[in-house]
Amino acid sequence: MRFMSYAVAAGLAVAFTVTTAQAADLSGAGATFPYPIYAKWADAYKKETGIGLNYQSIGSGGGIKQIENKTVTFGASDKPLPGEELDKYGLAQFPMVMGGIVPVVNLEGIKPGELVLDGDTIAKIFMGEITKWDDETIKQLNPDAKLPSSAIAVVHRSDGSGTTFNFTYYLSDVSADWKSNVGSNTAVEWPVGIGAKGNEGVANNVANTKGSVGYVEYAYALQNKLTFTKMMNKAGKTVAPTSESFQAAAAGADWSSQPGFGVILANQPGDESWPMTAGTWILMYKQPSDPAASSEALKFFAWAYKNGDKMAEELDYVPMPDSVVEQVQKMWSADIKDTAGKPIFAMN
Amino acid sequence: MMDAAVAENNFVHDEAKRAKTLRRFRIGDLTFKTITQTAAITVLVLLAGVIVALVHGSLPAWRAYGFGFFTAESWNPVTEKFGALPAIYGTLLTSFIAMLIGVPVSLGIAIFLTEICPERLRRTIGIAIELLAGIPSIIYGIWGLFIFAPWFQVHVQPLLIDTFANIPVMNQLFAGPPYGIGLLTAGLILAIMVLPFITSITREVFDTVPPVLKEAAYGIGCTRWEVMKRVVIPYTRVGIIGGVMLGLGRALGETMAVTFVIGNAHRIASSIMAPGTTISASIANEFTEAVGDLYTSSLIALGLILFLITFVVLAFARLMLMRIERKAGK
Repeated sequence: MRFMSYAVAAGLAVAFTVTTAQAADLSGAGATFPYPIYAKWADAYKKETGIGLNYQSIGSGGGIKQIENKTVTFGASDKPLPGEELDKYGLAQFPMVMGGIVPVVNLEGIKPGELVLDGDTIAKIFMGEITKWDDETIKQLNPDAKLPSSAIAVVHRSDGSGTTFNFTYYLSDVSADWKSNVGSNTAVEWPVGIGAKGNEGVANNVANTKGSVGYVEYAYALQNKLTFTKMMNKAGKTVAPTSESFQAAAAGADWSSQPGFGVILANQPGDESWPMTAGTWILMYKQPSDPAASSEALKFFAWAYKNGDKMAEELDYVPMPDSVVEQVQKMWSADIKDTAGKPIFAMN
Repeated sequence: MMDAAVAENNFVHDEAKRAKTLRRFRIGDLTFKTITQTAAITVLVLLAGVIVALVHGSLPAWRAYGFGFFTAESWNPVTEKFGALPAIYGTLLTSFIAMLIGVPVSLGIAIFLTEICPERLRRTIGIAIELLAGIPSIIYGIWGLFIFAPWFQVHVQPLLIDTFANIPVMNQLFAGPPYGIGLLTAGLILAIMVLPFITSITREVFDTVPPVLKEAAYGIGCTRWEVMKRVVIPYTRVGIIGGVMLGLGRALGETMAVTFVIGNAHRIASSIMAPGTTISASIANEFTEAVGDLYTSSLIALGLILFLITFVVLAFARLMLMRIERKAGK
């Protein structure tokens, strides 16, 4: 017993010193979707520099609130803020990493990548207009597949989510009906289906429910061995969800067209482009009240852009193309300044 | 003479000692009273604080929707049109299902344990029920989603749909498709969750029935059923209602387990197997990502409504108890 209490005391002492050493840690909050890769980068970065990251994955909405209240050095959001809101708070915004959203199904005899869907069909399924798997529309896209006549069980997110935002944004883009009846947001009023919490919730529900269809981040589809589908993209080509097709969508995008690089990567042009690619953004003050902390944060992001690509790919994320990184870093040195008006990030 | 003087002296001495002791008692009593009073008042202050916070937070929603918030069915974050009806409906329906199943089963267990069960088995079952009460609600949720819902979807729901297919009204209540999760599943999980609460309380109160009453009833030839119905249950009804209300309170407010298995859809369907939502599940699901004042405020307004529902249920229980007692007093 006595030994135990010594051990506990020693442990506490160690923990305490560690906490004090972490006083200089970076602090951020926001989106849950990029949390695994931010954590992995932070881990590697800490080994190299001794500076850790305290990232609270409380959701994009929470991240935006926290940065607006200045309780963190950076916020993270899956939904880019519009230009006027960035200006209102004096925030700079840049994309950090990307991922793909894939439709997943649970159909007997259908393997991953065998079924093909297009945006309009998905919109109709999620609006309850297509209710059976052997509907003509689905048959036309899949002339060779053996489709059952069972009912389609739609599974969507029950919590507010950047994934839902990107998914519904894409459906609004391809279907006028969807745009006028449902619209796009981090949460919408779903006409049909069951709601599940988080990517993992949707993944589990689809895995458990025969005849179901849902949408998840690509990584979750792989980890849960779900049957993802191929998609018909804007160019009318059938594409499979792969790192290449996600990157093709990012490469085809015109990043400078929106304030704060707020380009939503849904339905991008290009033969190879995956239609439901999604970015995730970082929010920071242009004139931070603590320039030293912001400078450390930018150093971390620069390091991640430079050294983090392989780690991102290991976790099925898509790194930002180099051309975009260059534009982002130019923006850093031009826009993010300390109180004296000096840029706090120096490009090297 | 001498003796009398000594006695007198002793008396005075005792008097002083007594006064001192009495004073000590009085101070002790006063301190005790103050401490317990503070504890009681703290509860009131906390309750008032919660109400004020809920009312204040939900003001924007009341301003925007007024009384219509109770009756509107839409829950649309895109157009910011929010109505509480589906969540209220889901909360009441799932709790009703839970009570419908949970109460008779709990009473059955309690009766069996106190009256019929052999001593050795009594302890085993008793411990098992207490363990059920100790399981965190998230575990019920995970079990419900991974084990119960898939089994329910394949083995029970198709059976229910087929059985009632040709019976009017019932075929509406049990209409497919079988998702596995939904209002009925949530109600069933809740029934399991309230079971230990109602059982342990009713068991305790059944034990308070004086044996002489029961023995007398058996003595004039009552069957077990008659003893339960005419002696034990009338004697303990206040306690039973208390246990049921405790269970109902848990069912109304349960969040995590329900969120997992209810399907989280802001809709009112005719079928009780359809996905739905409850007030607490909606708040748990959406609060973190609720962007915009009206959205957040509507969720807080939902919280206030749940508070009101609980209050009404408790008040109703009180009323019922009072009525029973008055009737019994006649």
